Amino acid sequence: MLLNQFLLLAAALFCIGVYGVISRRNGVMVLMSIELILNSVNINLVAFSAMTGAVTGQVFALFVIAVAAAEVGVGLAIVLAIFRNYRTVDLDDVDLMKG
Amino acid sequence: MIGTLLAAAQNADAPTLVAQNISFGIIAAVMIYSAVRVVTTANVVHAAFFLVMVLAGAAAQFILLGAEFIAITQVLVYIGAIVVLFLFGIMLTKAPMSGEEKLSRDNWPLGVLTSVVLLGVLGYSLVDGFGGDRIPADLAPTDTRVLSDAIFSQYLIPFEVISVLLLAALIGAIVIARRD
Repeated sequence: MLLNQFLLLAAALFCIGVYGVISRRNGVMVLMSIELILNSVNINLVAFSAMTGAVTGQVFALFVIAVAAAEVGVGLAIVLAIFRNYRTVDLDDVDLMKG
Repeated sequence: MIGTLLAAAQNADAPTLVAQNISFGIIAAVMIYSAVRVVTTANVVHAAFFLVMVLAGAAAQFILLGAEFIAITQVLVYIGAIVVLFLFGIMLTKAPMSGEEKLSRDNWPLGVLTSVVLLGVLGYSLVDGFGGDRIPADLAPTDTRVLSDAIFSQYLIPFEVISVLLLAALIGAIVIARRD
């Protein structure tokens, strides 16, 4: 197996996630796109770990999973707070700090 | 770019792992399709279930790379916990289920342009930098004992920091989401 096939798959997932973050209006969908991005990072880490034989990449993949869990918890709490105050999760309507 | 990849795949003397490559291709195609559906589907709940497909595909890729513990953690934490959290978030924010409301911005072509350019740059630099690098053909599954030894000796301090971060995120999420 080539290393590059995994890296290119991860790059494709990363770009799809970036597209989702840019173009989605719903706050929950933006968080889902961020999960896609974090997953592509994990694939990269584990692929490099398999290539070098060192276990470091897998340790950091576990750390990324833990950080993703924390991120999605806080992110959904923020989305719920926005929904309570604005009665919407449409990010285009949340422009209080827009100059 | 694809030609370079194919040439690199063919001209090496290392044994080609046909079964692994075929399963990689199938899983990768399913993952890409599901990921595109996550960011384009008009139904929020469908997006969550397509996200499950992507996460399960990633777990399968981890198995293919010999990282069993990461794959199991992926299934437990991502599919078991995070997707359920997403479904609760969708339910509590009364997201549109009918698929009639617009879920994408009007400037989505700019997003397509950005991500295609990004993919071009990333793909070029990856092919240029790691053109012929191979994952060893005699890849043995990583021993979980080795992984835990690394976490609890060399990476003990990052591990403790992660646990403090999880505690902080837990308390923060409760404080932010609490009705007061």
